Amino acid sequence: MCLGIPGEIVEIKAGRDDLAIVDVVGVRRAINIGLLGPDQIGIGDWVLVHVGFAMSKIDEAEAAATLAMLNGLGQAYTDELQALAESDIS
Amino acid sequence: MRFVDEYRDADKAQALATQIAALCEPGRQYKFMEVCGGHTHTIYKHGIEDYLPESVSLVHGPGCPVCVIPMGRVDDAIAIANEPDVILTAFGDMMRVPGGNGSFLDAKAAGADIRMVYSPLDALKIARTNRDRRVVFMAIGFETTSPSTAMTVLRAAAEGIDNFSVFCNHVTILPAIKAILDSPDLRLDGFLGPGHVSTVIGCRPYEFIARDYGKPLVCAGFEPLDLLQSVYLLLKQLADGRCEVENQYTRVVPWDGNLRALEAIGRVMQLRPYFEWRGLGFISHSALRMRDEYAAYDAERLFDVPGVRVADPKACQCGEVLKGVLKPWECKVFGTACTPETPIGTCMVSSEGACAAYYNFGRFTRQRLAEAARA
Ligand code: SF4
Repeated sequence: MCLGIPGEIVEIKAGRDDLAIVDVVGVRRAINIGLLGPDQIGIGDWVLVHVGFAMSKIDEAEAAATLAMLNGLGQAYTDELQALAESDIS
Repeated sequence: MRFVDEYRDADKAQALATQIAALCEPGRQYKFMEVCGGHTHTIYKHGIEDYLPESVSLVHGPGCPVCVIPMGRVDDAIAIANEPDVILTAFGDMMRVPGGNGSFLDAKAAGADIRMVYSPLDALKIARTNRDRRVVFMAIGFETTSPSTAMTVLRAAAEGIDNFSVFCNHVTILPAIKAILDSPDLRLDGFLGPGHVSTVIGCRPYEFIARDYGKPLVCAGFEPLDLLQSVYLLLKQLADGRCEVENQYTRVVPWDGNLRALEAIGRVMQLRPYFEWRGLGFISHSALRMRDEYAAYDAERLFDVPGVRVADPKACQCGEVLKGVLKPWECKVFGTACTPETPIGTCMVSSEGACAAYYNFGRFTRQRLAEAARA
């Protein structure tokens, strides 16, 4: 729950500027970007996702480092990814 | 993985270790507290302590939100779940946290409808699609998760979803740090500030720690080199006779935090006069409850919450571990009666709890060191 998972914004929903699709290691999921503000964020940006919300914008290097760290966590990370994959935010 | 190597480079780590050692005054002992469970995890996983001189020790703080939920709150949540038509939703980490009468998993096995969710928005969706049920979200966490709960309540209000409510257990990190600073048990020389919480609150709120308590704080990232560099920065401040708040994790943490997130929290929630933390007791102004304007979404007002206080099990020494007074392996039941499969205390439940982190990684380091010493 405390793990921030990096995702790349691949789509911002038309008509809902607080809803975006992110790609997290190949899994595409809807997340809420309302805490960052629509003017701050665009397609191709990396964000740190906490419990379904983008909490901060990061750069690609940070995203790669964070992913590597998360991979090292083993089960905790797998569980979190699984939960994210099953999540159905709208 | 060129990006990653940058933060993992063994040569750089060694160079930092040398610089760290050079900054230590001979004969002086240094104790730094890492507040965040994520840091505890990195420290054990990568054996960070092996890079530090004997005179520098890291102690674990109260920054794992699952670990600080008192047993009574678990019982209260289960009481809510047992009310007619209720669906209780919670993060996966909460499911095995022991209450006075078992965990959520136990209550679920006994028939309560308790569901795991990834996000409070998933809980809201369950409410949207089950209008004849009352859906309660067990909200836990520091400032990394409270904005998300607040945003979800705002969304529920905007959509007019009236069968959704929040059992609010959000806590705030600063009063806990203050309680530790005020406690006579522990003498600390500085803090490694929590990286993710700081993305929301920024660095400014820590200034009282430097100003009023004379302890430096460095907001630190989660990579091994981040932690070593942050320890270096703390020691450098002490060596220079400075005492400040510094931000090592500028690539993620803005000095002012996330104003939108802070605003969302402020709109929906307000400080409680006091709240009980597991092992730490009651701490003033250390947690959030729903504002009166959002009473309709407040499970504490919608349900008859028993609110009983349950003492921690006698064998449990989580309080001492959360305050950094004891190392996990010094707890009497560590690794024997208390394991991640059968946790007695909360620090063993969440992967970010100090006991679980140490159980999973740290003991191997110590074993290795012990073997090396024997050889
Ligand atoms: S070993 Fe178990 S009981 Fe002891 S401090 Fe850790 S979590 Fe608490």
